[in-house]
Amino acid sequence: MSEGIVYWLQQALNALQLGSIYALIALGYTMVYGILTMINFAHGDVFMIGAFFCFLAAVYLGLPFVPTLLLTMLGAALVGVMIERLAYKPLRHAPRVSAIITALGIGIFLENFTLALAPYPKNIPPLLENVTWDLGGVSLSSLQVIIIFLSLGLMFVLDYVVHRTPVGIAMRAISWDKTFVPLMGVPLDLIISVTFAIGAGLAGAAGTMYGLAYPVIDPYMGIMVGWKAFISAVVGGIGNIRGAMIGAFILGGVEIMVTAFFPSTYRDFVAFTLLLLLIVVRPYGILGQPRTQKV
Amino acid sequence: MALLVATRVKHYFGGLCAVADFNLELQSGELVGVIGPNGAGKTTIFNLITGVYRASEGSIRLRDIELVGKTPHQITALRVGRTFQNIRLFRDLSVLDNVRIAHYAQVRYSPLEALLHLGRYRREEERIIENSRRLLSIFKLEHLAGETAKNLPYGSQRRLEIARALAIDPELLLLDEPAAGMNPNEIDQLMEFIQWIRREFQLTILLIEHQMKLVMGICERIKVLDFGETLAEGPPEAIQNDPKVLEAYLGEGPVG
Amino acid sequence: MKTMRNAGWEWLMAQRWLLPVLIAVGFVLAFAIPEYNLLNKYVQLVMMYVGINIILTVSLNLVNGYMGEFSLAHAGFMAVGAYTAALLTQKVLPVAAYPGLFPLAVLAGGLMAALLGLIVAVPSFKVRGDYLAIITLAFLMIVKSVIENIDYIGGPRGIPGIKRLTTLPWVFFWTVVSIWVVRNFVYSKYGRGVLSIREDEIASDLMSVNTRRVKFLAFMVSSFFAGIAGALFAHLLQFISPRVFDIIKTTDVLIMVYLGGIASIAGSIIGATVYTVLLELLRPSTVAAMLGWLPAVVFDPLNEYFIRHLGVWRMVIMPLALVLVMIFAPRGIMGLREFRWFIPRRDLDAHRRPTVHGGSHGAARSH
Ligand SMILES: Nc1ncnc2c1ncn2[C@@H]1O[C@H](COP(=O)(O)OP(=O)(O)OP(=O)(O)O)[C@@H](O)[C@H]1O
Ligand SMILES: [Mg+2]
Repeated sequence: MSEGIVYWLQQALNALQLGSIYALIALGYTMVYGILTMINFAHGDVFMIGAFFCFLAAVYLGLPFVPTLLLTMLGAALVGVMIERLAYKPLRHAPRVSAIITALGIGIFLENFTLALAPYPKNIPPLLENVTWDLGGVSLSSLQVIIIFLSLGLMFVLDYVVHRTPVGIAMRAISWDKTFVPLMGVPLDLIISVTFAIGAGLAGAAGTMYGLAYPVIDPYMGIMVGWKAFISAVVGGIGNIRGAMIGAFILGGVEIMVTAFFPSTYRDFVAFTLLLLLIVVRPYGILGQPRTQKV
Repeated sequence: MALLVATRVKHYFGGLCAVADFNLELQSGELVGVIGPNGAGKTTIFNLITGVYRASEGSIRLRDIELVGKTPHQITALRVGRTFQNIRLFRDLSVLDNVRIAHYAQVRYSPLEALLHLGRYRREEERIIENSRRLLSIFKLEHLAGETAKNLPYGSQRRLEIARALAIDPELLLLDEPAAGMNPNEIDQLMEFIQWIRREFQLTILLIEHQMKLVMGICERIKVLDFGETLAEGPPEAIQNDPKVLEAYLGEGPVG
Repeated sequence: MKTMRNAGWEWLMAQRWLLPVLIAVGFVLAFAIPEYNLLNKYVQLVMMYVGINIILTVSLNLVNGYMGEFSLAHAGFMAVGAYTAALLTQKVLPVAAYPGLFPLAVLAGGLMAALLGLIVAVPSFKVRGDYLAIITLAFLMIVKSVIENIDYIGGPRGIPGIKRLTTLPWVFFWTVVSIWVVRNFVYSKYGRGVLSIREDEIASDLMSVNTRRVKFLAFMVSSFFAGIAGALFAHLLQFISPRVFDIIKTTDVLIMVYLGGIASIAGSIIGATVYTVLLELLRPSTVAAMLGWLPAVVFDPLNEYFIRHLGVWRMVIMPLALVLVMIFAPRGIMGLREFRWFIPRRDLDAHRRPTVHGGSHGAARSH
């Protein structure tokens, strides 16, 4: 293979890895938005909590990969549900800004609470034996394969759950109407909690995989990654699950491109400029639907 | 000269044709009613005239000025006032402020004068306070000037909305179902009141109403819409006996 | 606008002449305190922070409280003001020889921020709520990222060694100016336009309010004072870097706005003061001073722990406090209410019931 093609394949692979992690987190933003039309600004920090749970499970409990992953997802889901019950539920009928501010506050709380307990960055031990294959110049690691396939697998499971199971149907019904659907016997609170649990669980999985790919973790790691995931969700059309996945891979691709051509400090600049342009030009994203307001 | 001329106005919401080929010529000083079943496109016509939506096709001219393409505040500043089918007051603001806000286009001072409370600021503020209180007293709301709008009883909120629309100093007033939720007694009062403000403020009025008593009682001309199409147009007596109109309203009881 | 109910308070608020007297006394004190060292240096410093935070809070309240939009860009405007002013005093203006040039630098910082405020106002024409929050946040990130990528202004390292030109009188002066200007703006046709946008933007437009113009003005005034605050902050802290102006800084101001109360100048003053002072009280040295009476066996390990960790726990408690305020008092301490001192007499009179004997100023209604 020519050097150029090898280079681009390598970059595409990196983009796929980054995109999968963004996608797992973006799903949480989009699901919560879909059901509550609320941006859960604390979601990026749930991802961070996930990475720390992974650290705890791997180091203090000495668990291998699969139990670590499951425990992390479970822990993150629990945190997600707790946030919803304690902080967001009392504000369901309050003005929307109250919910936004609360979410921001919860995010900062999670960051600093973690910092108070873990003042120094932590190292996640390698839970998987990492083999690197050389495919005609393109290097492919087993870790990359696992991250990409696990993410895709989780996304397919979610897509199935949302479109094919009673819980998923209830979720979609509630996102459509919160006044009458509950009167037909759909348990509103339970479904909202399940939504938070699934979203946070996926963020937990993302935290684990991120921790394996970039082993040094710190309490502020969720801010930027969270925002990137959020941008992905907006790019795809917030509230739209498939859109979030597409958006994540687009953003992953754009970021890898930028770092290939410019100093890496330009990456955030480009990502946020992209977000700005998109919101001005097509605020409802790639797969979203425009809404009109009736007078 | 006609005050308002709408020619071949069409409007689509996605695939739905809400207004199809709407034509209207409104003479200065006229009082014209628009009736039609729910979803006929009446409110949409108000929204097209006031610039909330941009007509998909056609032209709407006020004193020969094209309105299509103008923003709501530009159109309002051309002296078009309106009320809303569902009351849209500034709920958390005082009754007085609701009326004062509608003076925006008439207040003449610059941002700098506003920031420093200098120059024309004082004179203009006093002028609009006086005018607002005058309007409130006409509507018997003066004693409630400091009350928060949302605390007013329903009837007073309706009156406040008309007072606010008059604060724009309109030549053309659009009333969207002013009698909604009123009892027959109140409707009688409202009819008298509309005719009174029309004389007092020299208004041209276009009004949407489901209450046939009101429409038939005070309008000089009536336009009947159904599914965005104009079904009939003419003086109240003619409309009352028009077979097409009776058919459209079948099931809603006899007209009149 | 509502005012507070309570007889004694009513009486106090009716004494409108007190406000100018208080401002005059404040000015005299602002000069006298540093001159004669009436208070120790630390307390003086805290007072200056309180002033700067009041400027930030009042100005953010204009957009987030009065207008009901949700802007997260405040720290970005602050950064622009801080960098503009610091570069001027460091590289352009000979402030060492002519300290009188400092206000020019501060003003330039405010104007530069106002210019950027114009740009941020544009997206607010089309979107609001969550989406505006995202746009303004993106703007903040972009400002930070641009600063980080310009080596001439120190890149990620920032600007060290800024001269300490911010003094108590200057802070007091700008605090008074910001309160006065924002208050004037609020009680003008533009300010009422701002309120009507919060209530119902479409209806506002249909009542002849030029909503775009009003938004431009509100964002400009708001960002102007954020820039002023940034300039003062830079010349007090004597060091700025992109990290100083991140989302945490905006969140600080948000807390002060929503704690004190939306759409209230009095609320902004209270919120900024309470929050700043509370944070200072949670400093290890202050806590140690307060717990000094404890026996050494208890005090020493406690003190040790506080010195190491209190800084972090402060940042745990504060966001939690914000969440609690949102849940239990979503409008803040003074939400939608105002000290009558700040309401022009003309407005107060206009809201009064018509009285039989013609308006007497004594019998004011409670709101
Ligand atoms: N913003 C909008 N988006 C999509 N469809 C709309 C919108 N506004 C109105 N419509 C549709 O256009 C049609 C006409 O609506 P309009 O509100 O003008 O009816 P109307 O004659 O005022 O009825 P009513 O007597 O119930 O007030 C209806 O079918 C309505 O559903
Ligand atoms: Mg209607």
